[in-house]
Amino acid sequence: MSERPAFLLDGEEVPFTPGQTVLQAALTAGRYIPHLCYHPEFTPHGSCKVCTAKVNGRTVASCTTPAESAIEVESNTQELNDLRRTLVQMLFAEGNHFCPSCEKSGNCVLQALGYDLGVMTAGFRHLYPDRPVDASHPELLLDFNRCVLCELCVRASRDVDGKSVFALSGRGLTKHLIVNSESGRLADTDVAVTDKAVEVCPVGVILRKRVGFAKPIGQRRYDKRPISAQALDDAPRPPDGGGNA
Amino acid sequence: MSQAAQQAPDVEALVRKAIAHWRQDPSRLVQVLREVQEALNHVPPRALSLIAQLLRLPLSRVKGVAGFYSFLSIEPWGRYRVLFSDNVTDRMQGSERLLAAMCHRLWVEPGKVSEDGLVSVATTSCTGLCDQGPGMLVNGRAIGRLTSEKVEQVCGLILSCVPLADWPREFFVVEDNVRRSDALLGHGLEPGDAIRAALNRGAQGRAEDAANERSWREGYVGAALGPLAVLEEVKRSNLRGRGGAGFTTGIKWEACRHATGSARYVICNADEGEPGTFKDRVLLSSHADLLFDGMTVAAYAVGAAQGFVYLRGEYRYLLDHLHEVLERRRAANLLGAAICGRPGFDFDIEIHVGAGSYVCGEESALIESLEGKRGVPRNRPPFPVTSGYLQQPTIVNNVETLCAAALIAVRGGDWYRSIGTLKSSGTKILSVAGDCARPGLYEYPFGVTLRQVLEDCGAAQVQAVQVSGPSGTCVDEDEFDRRIAFEDLPTAGAFTIFDTSRDMFEVARAYTQFFAHESCGFCTPCRAGTSMLMHSMEKIRDGNGTLHDLREIARLNRVLLMSAHCGLGHTACNPILDTMKKFRPMYERRLRSRDFAPAFDLDAALGRARQMTGRDDPGAHLENQP
Repeated sequence: MSERPAFLLDGEEVPFTPGQTVLQAALTAGRYIPHLCYHPEFTPHGSCKVCTAKVNGRTVASCTTPAESAIEVESNTQELNDLRRTLVQMLFAEGNHFCPSCEKSGNCVLQALGYDLGVMTAGFRHLYPDRPVDASHPELLLDFNRCVLCELCVRASRDVDGKSVFALSGRGLTKHLIVNSESGRLADTDVAVTDKAVEVCPVGVILRKRVGFAKPIGQRRYDKRPISAQALDDAPRPPDGGGNA
Repeated sequence: MSQAAQQAPDVEALVRKAIAHWRQDPSRLVQVLREVQEALNHVPPRALSLIAQLLRLPLSRVKGVAGFYSFLSIEPWGRYRVLFSDNVTDRMQGSERLLAAMCHRLWVEPGKVSEDGLVSVATTSCTGLCDQGPGMLVNGRAIGRLTSEKVEQVCGLILSCVPLADWPREFFVVEDNVRRSDALLGHGLEPGDAIRAALNRGAQGRAEDAANERSWREGYVGAALGPLAVLEEVKRSNLRGRGGAGFTTGIKWEACRHATGSARYVICNADEGEPGTFKDRVLLSSHADLLFDGMTVAAYAVGAAQGFVYLRGEYRYLLDHLHEVLERRRAANLLGAAICGRPGFDFDIEIHVGAGSYVCGEESALIESLEGKRGVPRNRPPFPVTSGYLQQPTIVNNVETLCAAALIAVRGGDWYRSIGTLKSSGTKILSVAGDCARPGLYEYPFGVTLRQVLEDCGAAQVQAVQVSGPSGTCVDEDEFDRRIAFEDLPTAGAFTIFDTSRDMFEVARAYTQFFAHESCGFCTPCRAGTSMLMHSMEKIRDGNGTLHDLREIARLNRVLLMSAHCGLGHTACNPILDTMKKFRPMYERRLRSRDFAPAFDLDAALGRARQMTGRDDPGAHLENQP
């Protein structure tokens, strides 16, 4: 145990297994770094930048930066939390997010991050993009208004389901999620309700129909515990059980 | 319109032809899409499905790639597709007025297709004709030095449906405009000189030995005297990359050579997208042999058998010429198997044409595009020298860097190092444009002062110079004694001059628009932040800006610097911050005195209603309170 390499995160030692990234090692050790597009079951790709941390004084996405023993990582600082709050505000401003009327409220990672990082204002002028919903599928609804372009569904469908139901098109501000059918409608793809891609959406884009309010608001995942605590519960733990009590 | 053009094209035949041309290789997806686009003026849904089926790719991936590049389109463009170059120099030369006149004459809205499908008129990022602007592309062919008369002529040709091949040839003449040559532009070498010199460097050390020659391909470093001798010269020269970042070429080559892999690749980055830069255009059109010599020397040094040129889509009109040069070189045994008769020295070059994306000039995004994907920069490490094209060791070098490497192969590293300054050896080609009497290419040894360049090109009453394009530095009069060198003002080549009549706020706003348009959208800060910057600049332009907006710009800058995924985002604020620091009055005179003003303008919001009702009388306007 004591032989394991470690790095410093906000002044405290975090052990890691070679091959882990800074964020993976931190979560495994019970240390939270805010993140959005990272998911423990997928290869990190570092697009949302919410997990930005300072490694030896340089700002990097901690989810894609390899852990090394010689490094010093700063994460829980005002400067970095300000940055994360601004990034979350940007995500709110570039989509159409109306939490009070969203059935994902309470289970939504974006909303939970907003609360946890103290987002109190819009911060930016809303861009109000025009993103029509796709209700063609009998079991599933796609509400693109809430997409934060994390690509988790893209990765899950391609790498786990082996289907590539979801992909990205456009670029810049017009980048958007598309589905794998000639008509462009979800009903014409081979998506299944049991697909990993359906389950993995951190926000309210990919929704199962007719179950939206099975669990009432107030009793949902991030209603009970802030995301900073919940994310640690979700993180894969080493078999020897380290981490927080 | 001729009968042939009216007939429905055979989509399936065209798609099959493009796919056969690219050997049914899914990694050539961008090239297949580009060829279909060229043949059909768009890539219709049926073609997308067929491409996906024949290349065995998910349709979603094919659509995603087609949606990334601005020269690919799922909707049809006009049969004549006119794209006005929208660099700030084009605007200074009146491109906006000419575009408006053309749209009026052809009765078409900017960015839309005429109702008969004949023509569409839109803008595109800088096309690299700044020394002979304003410029436009018509179905990919470049036309420079636009005037009202020329635009009128173009309209006439379009309205009479004259095929592009029958347009006056002088329209399409692109001049080199070389104003000052030095070691590189005045190289005086024959095709193959650099390759033969490289092979001879090997021969000097030891007698030729077939086993030895084969070994470099397999990566047994110690046994490879010939290529190592070339590598040594390139290292000794201290040549640094000419694309902007300035990484030492010899170190890059050496790292690639020593990396483990089953194949190595040499990529020439000819995606000259930085607005205001056009040196590679001239090197490609008039010195292609020198470039291909440089690539072949690089292949010899690192042990590569395959090379690529990634040619920016705006330079598509150079493709036939470049293919001719490649063919000639194959016939002369300067490419192909056993080059110059040396057994085992096999190398060939394939040209890929970009499809309208600035970010593909970033080396890892370029590699993604070469692999037939969306041009999104990769996470690094690993770097391309260890894991590049198809995850194999790859060097990506700028056109000018590879040309310089060819010179070094002939004349040696010490000679090259004797030119320029201590930290910046050799020469640099500047693309001089903007307010001056003699725009064009100027090659100087590194260390030349801005003042010298300005004097040579006949610039008067200069207010500022944008060195290295929007992502570079804006330099004002007090700094004209600074030098072009990595240790002072590094540059990829753009040298854009603004005289005292220019509004530097508008310059910065144009550059900000450029970044927003070219952001790949991968990371949050750049995708949203560049558009928010653009909105702030528009708010200030419209007279609604306050000090609060200037603070917001500073805040966005911090966010982009700290968290953007690649250089595009890191540098997107530079034009605003530089001009705000040096020309602050141009911002302040636009501001309202109050600390905050909303961006929302109630009267402007009624604009659409006015347009729909055809009204523009005072009663259709809200009173503008001062």
